[in-house]
Amino acid sequence: MNETPLRIRMTGEGDTRVIEVTGEVDLNSSPQLRGKMLELIEQYKGRLVVDLAGVNYMDSSGVGTMVELKRRVERQGGSVVLARLQPRVRSVFEITQLDKFFTIVDDLDEARRA
Amino acid sequence: MSEASPLELELISDAGQLSRVRGTLRDWCLAHGWPEPVIADMVLALDEALTNVIRHGYDGAGDKRILIRVREVRDPGAGEGIEIEVRDFGKQVDLDSIRGRDLNKPRPGGLGVHIIHAMMDLAEYTHADGGGMRLVMRKYKSTPEQPESPSTGTS
Repeated sequence: MNETPLRIRMTGEGDTRVIEVTGEVDLNSSPQLRGKMLELIEQYKGRLVVDLAGVNYMDSSGVGTMVELKRRVERQGGSVVLARLQPRVRSVFEITQLDKFFTIVDDLDEARRA
Repeated sequence: MSEASPLELELISDAGQLSRVRGTLRDWCLAHGWPEPVIADMVLALDEALTNVIRHGYDGAGDKRILIRVREVRDPGAGEGIEIEVRDFGKQVDLDSIRGRDLNKPRPGGLGVHIIHAMMDLAEYTHADGGGMRLVMRKYKSTPEQPESPSTGTS
């Protein structure tokens, strides 16, 4: 099985930006995710919605990257909401009890209001 | 349960191999009739085990040896299961130090062991003969019943 290549892009305007992530996030791809996220939060320091609908696999490396992102964004005065997690990805957040640390929502409209 | 040939893999500690290994384990389990949710648990546990070996056993070096052996087992109490053994040749760490971190303090890292224990019915680290670590994990088709506590048991 070939790894689904990771794709990351930022969209949106106004007071919210959506970071759309697609692919598998593991020890191999999480440095790419981390690097791109840090680049994006340099450009924008407000409210971020991370759309994970296209992420079909995430391990602790990816979860750790999300924790770091949230901490950095909050230090610069912004906020992070995670949206549209596939059930297996959501379960990793639940097992590690990080579902209490993050705001996790089911759709993008809810994410923009959160 | 039919006697199935074990799955044996030898790989190097390159994170770029993780996806292929996950796919190989998934295919082997599917071919042996295991249900998808159970397979997904085992795939995540193996991924976390290999991630720990690469990160901690080999300090990120990408050219070290890792052996994986997967076989079907039958436990008298728990029934049919799959055993996954991960053998590395890296640092031998204090067995008491291998535990998931306090989940009340959110920070990156330290989650892998916690996830392994959550995904599997058994996960046991030992020092391997000749150096390195051996992790043996088991998952059963039906979750073994926990022994009743004497204080809560019913007669």
